Amino acid sequence: MHILFVPEVTLAILAVACLMYGLFSKNNSFNKATNFATLSLLFVSLLIFFDFSTNFALFDSFFSNTQFTKFFKILTTLGAAISLIISKNYFIDSKINKFEIPTLLLFSTLGMLIMISSKNLMIMYLAIELQSLSLYVVASIKRNSIESAESGVKYFILGALSSGILLYGFSLVYGFTGHTSFEGIANSLVEIDNLPIGLIFGLVFVLVGLAFKVSAVPFHMWTPDVYEGAPTSITAFFAIVPKLAAIALIFRFCLEPFGKFYFEWTQVIFFLSIASMFLGAIAAIAQKNLKRLLAYSSIGHVGYVLIALVSASDQGLKSASIYMFIYLVMNIAVFSIILSLKKSDAYVEKISSLSGLSKSNPVISASLAIIMLSMAGIPPFIGFFGKLYVFIAAIESQLYILAVLGVLASVISAFYYLRIIKGMYFDEPDDNQTFEFTISSESKVILSILMLLITFFILYPSLLTDVVSSISL
Amino acid sequence: MYLYSITFYIFSLVAVLSALMVISARNPVHSVLFLILSFVNASGLFVLLGAEFLAMILVVVYVGAVAVLFLFVVMMLDINFVKLREGFLQYLPFGALLGIVLIIELGILFLTKSFSENSLSQFVQSPQINEVENTKLIGQVLYTDYFYLFQISGLILLVAMVGSITLTLRDRGQVKRQNISSQNFIDEKNAIEKKKIKLGEGI
Repeated sequence: MHILFVPEVTLAILAVACLMYGLFSKNNSFNKATNFATLSLLFVSLLIFFDFSTNFALFDSFFSNTQFTKFFKILTTLGAAISLIISKNYFIDSKINKFEIPTLLLFSTLGMLIMISSKNLMIMYLAIELQSLSLYVVASIKRNSIESAESGVKYFILGALSSGILLYGFSLVYGFTGHTSFEGIANSLVEIDNLPIGLIFGLVFVLVGLAFKVSAVPFHMWTPDVYEGAPTSITAFFAIVPKLAAIALIFRFCLEPFGKFYFEWTQVIFFLSIASMFLGAIAAIAQKNLKRLLAYSSIGHVGYVLIALVSASDQGLKSASIYMFIYLVMNIAVFSIILSLKKSDAYVEKISSLSGLSKSNPVISASLAIIMLSMAGIPPFIGFFGKLYVFIAAIESQLYILAVLGVLASVISAFYYLRIIKGMYFDEPDDNQTFEFTISSESKVILSILMLLITFFILYPSLLTDVVSSISL
Repeated sequence: MYLYSITFYIFSLVAVLSALMVISARNPVHSVLFLILSFVNASGLFVLLGAEFLAMILVVVYVGAVAVLFLFVVMMLDINFVKLREGFLQYLPFGALLGIVLIIELGILFLTKSFSENSLSQFVQSPQINEVENTKLIGQVLYTDYFYLFQISGLILLVAMVGSITLTLRDRGQVKRQNISSQNFIDEKNAIEKKKIKLGEGI
């Protein structure tokens, strides 16, 4: 069996090389390191795509290489690369241009790649630590801002707490099955008809730990604060990339070792899913800060993806892959606008300060409006298809309640997305400050491509569904 | 077997007594030193159990790093320990309650004979610690079967180091640093200034 191992090794070497390159380049080290990191991420995504694999004996028990992991790994590396491209100007502009940022983000991406394909509890834990340790640091990278420090500390403490819960769950699972590998756990469960109570505890603890990582309600408390406090470019990375890896991991952990006992964990995921959808929809209504709003919106999106997990079917897996791809596209688009929109020399963060954007920058406001409609799941745009496939998966597994509740939550969430559009188009600007839209040419290209994809995806939905149709665990 | 029992009682007696001294010593530095003594004795108990790797790790990690860190904190920070001690009687009932709960739980554990026959251990095959020492066993798998995990742990430590340096290192402008090459390239032309001074006037 061949193991997808080369991309990870390459990325580890490139991350260390990026550190050295940034350290020893005299001036402009941030610029150079960022370009280096972007190129290396793109290179690694090519490696994953062409499946350059090497057969290392014994690594079988730690790594799995399937279409599913490959798909998510490519999304992760591309998402990380693009989020670096779109946030480069913001970093330089707000004077947090340290070369350690791209380096740490490379390490974090490495952790996510390992997370996605991990097949063993130990490697799963190490990968989660590797990715979140780097993210704690970049969350508090803006040292002179108290909000950034607060978000870093909050993220760190809650992350450490969730790691503790996760480890406790792992120890219970290991204690009751005697195995740390997914296959070993599954094999030891073959003869059992009912999960022993200790194993149920272990399973629930692990799910709680993973729910912290995907920020599903009721383990979402850190998300709005961290998103708001961290510099916007870091928030973009948080919103775009780590969710992918954590969602892939929660799918694999539930379906591989505990696939037989899906009745036990679907109850937990069922609750997490409904709570996330509704809290994401309702709590976002009261938000005034754009970043907080996007945090709640991402909590809601996680709820929809978890519907696909509850369906515990092949269709669920495919619809989740589609949903995460679409989530990635929409988030990159919205953050590439937020990261370049300034009003009187300050980046726009308040929703109310978007008022009057349609008069001064009609193209930008139209794009933002399309993205918001798409996030709300309104038909011609791409976001509709994500929700559509998820609900189809739910209905095929006879989860009618979940599908109906999902549609309801999505109607509620449409309110706050539409409120942003209303603010841009109908509210009178309260001041005479002008908007300033400075975007680098690379991000402009990315934004245009994504806008085309969001708007005209309806013409060729088979582009994505063909790719996804071959996905299985 | 007598020797074993005597050693066990010596180690555990010293461990318990020094643990008592940790909380009752007046001088905080003495407390930390007693803490170290307690750790060392606990590691002696591990050696008696045949877990010599754990014993060494306990000494290296807890004595070498944690206790020394405590010592630094105690000596560097100006904490009023007398004030911290106030209200001992106030917390006594609560502490006593916690102690009683712990004792009852330990008692239940000892009374439940089925502890070892539970489903917990039936899957686990533990190695024979009498045949091979466990440091060797860990070493045999750590760099072979678990080499990959070992590497990732190394990366995590690297990230921790890079992160802590990033967050704490700051460039202060006023700091004067030694520049060896500029010191070496110095000569009398740019280091010594000759001035003609008129008689009776000074500089």
